[in-house]
Amino acid sequence: MFGTYLVRELSNRRKQTVIIAIGMALAIALVIVVNAVSAGVRNAQASVLESIYGVGTDITVSQPAAAPGEGDMAGPRFEFGADDGTTTDGTTEISQSRLMAGFGSTTFDASALETVLGVDNVAAATATLSLTNTSFSGELPDFTQMQGGGEGGDVMQAPPTGGADGAGGSAFDVNSFTVEGVDVAGTAVGPLTAATLSDGRAFTADDAGTNVVILDESYATSAELAVGDTTDIGGEDFEVIGIVSSTSADATTASNTYIPLDTAQALADLDGQVSTIYVQATSADAITQVQSDLEEALPDATVNTQADLASSVSGSLSTAGDLISSLGTWLSVIVLAAAFLIAILFTISGVARRTREFGTLKAIGWTNGRIVGQVAGESLVQGAIGGVIGVAVGLLGVLVVNRVAPTLSAGAASTAAVGPGGGPGGGFVGGPMAEQASATSEVTLQAPITLPIILIAVGLAIVGGLLAGAIGGWRAARLRPAEALRSVA
Amino acid sequence: MYLLKNVTKSYDQSKRRVTALSDVTLEIPTGQMVAIQGPTGGGKSTLLQMLGALERPTSGTVSLGDAELSSMADARLAGIRAKEIGFVFQGFNLIPTLTAQENVETALAPMRLSATERASRARKALESVGLGDRGNHRPAELSGGQQQRVAIARAIVKNPAVLLADEPTGNLDEETRDEIMELLEGLWRDQGLTLILVTHDSAVAKRAQRRLHIKQGKVTEKK
Ligand SMILES: Nc1ncnc2c1ncn2[C@@H]1O[C@H](COP(=O)(O)OP(=O)(O)OP(=O)(O)O)[C@@H](O)[C@H]1O
Ligand SMILES: [Mg+2]
Repeated sequence: MFGTYLVRELSNRRKQTVIIAIGMALAIALVIVVNAVSAGVRNAQASVLESIYGVGTDITVSQPAAAPGEGDMAGPRFEFGADDGTTTDGTTEISQSRLMAGFGSTTFDASALETVLGVDNVAAATATLSLTNTSFSGELPDFTQMQGGGEGGDVMQAPPTGGADGAGGSAFDVNSFTVEGVDVAGTAVGPLTAATLSDGRAFTADDAGTNVVILDESYATSAELAVGDTTDIGGEDFEVIGIVSSTSADATTASNTYIPLDTAQALADLDGQVSTIYVQATSADAITQVQSDLEEALPDATVNTQADLASSVSGSLSTAGDLISSLGTWLSVIVLAAAFLIAILFTISGVARRTREFGTLKAIGWTNGRIVGQVAGESLVQGAIGGVIGVAVGLLGVLVVNRVAPTLSAGAASTAAVGPGGGPGGGFVGGPMAEQASATSEVTLQAPITLPIILIAVGLAIVGGLLAGAIGGWRAARLRPAEALRSVA
Repeated sequence: MYLLKNVTKSYDQSKRRVTALSDVTLEIPTGQMVAIQGPTGGGKSTLLQMLGALERPTSGTVSLGDAELSSMADARLAGIRAKEIGFVFQGFNLIPTLTAQENVETALAPMRLSATERASRARKALESVGLGDRGNHRPAELSGGQQQRVAIARAIVKNPAVLLADEPTGNLDEETRDEIMELLEGLWRDQGLTLILVTHDSAVAKRAQRRLHIKQGKVTEKK
């Protein structure tokens, strides 16, 4: 009887069923999409962090940038002697490549690594040197001819504005990429732990001090380089021995190129200097202790934990994360509450409309329990229908998101602030190189669907149905059986 | 069968207190056919509610056989209604979404019967009111007289001891009224029911063995 009555009611009072189910379906679909997308954003943040800092890195140690003006390490500087380049027809063609410490990070003595390894509960640590290779090529007008039209000896101070029609008829091409000096011994932590070798070979201990380079796959593609090729870094030829890609899909690795640490130090004139130490703690519980011990042992250094790093992920990814977590959650809550309210109100009005019907059933011997069960059963099924439709629509929505696969850019700000550029060399700083200060990667958003999300969504629909059913049933239970005898209105 | 002692039922309306039944003492033996008449608002339906275990009196006692209805818990009253009492209403009160067959089956839902037994008993009840071929029709597809026959089938399908009817012919034309009255009388005679019906219609009341008149909550016998 229960089943027959339920099916008859739902199919004959279709409007109520449809409205309650649609409301519930919308809410459930929204919950699924919001959950999946925010999980996707979280995954993207994790993969960005992983690709930049490596798998297993709990803590990084770096040194804040020194105040600008204290020397010339803050910016690239090209020094051209009058004899550089080849001169034809009064124009000098020059080409030079320089390697220097990356912006925003200061190098410090490698002995800090020993200090780090001496701290309790440090499982592994490795030091790297982050450099930027800037190559410059272009044409300079003959200085001797320029002297006449120029303003005395100030020619070099006029900023070259780029194109061939720029000031003084000069043409420049400035190119830069990041170079990471890494420990060739291969450690448990560090930037390369998040990378897989897609071609060639990894570093071995024999590579120490040699001019070999491993390239990031996307950089290799854009620079048209392959294993076995030779490329110029800091004015020297390097042999490409391997190509790596990020283990997390769609993210690039921490640096464009990787070379042995000692080679990097020698080439950049930074003997015994490093810029970042990657630290792994023995357990997650030990991280706080290791952090405070490190801060004590290295008072000048900045010590960041994974949690600090996560908050440093910026860019559209972080905007998307904020949007999803605030707007998405609130929207879900509001729509869910509205759907519940609709279900409750429609159930109550349904019970009011069926006063006579329930009175009659009571008069012929139906107990309150049986009537409450009937009302609750109807609402539950309406909610469940909404839940099933909602799951289907939600999955479709997630599928659309994954098809569109929006690309988010994420920057993990370097641990130290970027100092104002513009060393004494002047002119060339800024633009493309400033961006190198923070590692930027593009991540395509993939919203994962997990069984728990679906179960929670269906559970919410059932809770909504039960709630409406409980309230409607309570109303029905309060009806007097004598209502059946009320004269026909 | 029924024994009412000093039954008073009063309702608290917004300002005043309405006494629908006032100190009613009444005995109705098993198998009697009783007609209740009286002016509107006199208390006919209220008396039927006492007899039908739908409401408890404000004071006094109502007993049906050995069962003391006035002091029973709701769930036990529902059990008495399910087993002992059949109800027929002026407005038929069929459930609009259910077919005739299913409407009749609702009266058997409180009993522990298999679905097949329920269906076959309902079908027999429909046959006994002459609607064996209309089981699959919904109320809206039936005439008023046919709807009241379905309601009568619903009332008798559980083989009750008592059949209570509140203006069972009030919504029907004269011809249909006579048909329904003949049906009820036939069931009363054949099944040994106690039949108590409220009616405005003297033609209907004349068929009864006993006629009661109710006015301002007071019951009097009418010869
Ligand atoms: N639930 C209730 N609440 C308040 N007053 C009620 C209630 N039920 C009945 N009454 C009052 O009790 C009195 C008797 O009502 P009852 O329905 O028994 O009359 P009746 O004889 O059946 O009238 P009718 O012929 O119009 O059906 C009326 O004055 C009515 O207003
Ligand atoms: Mg009445």
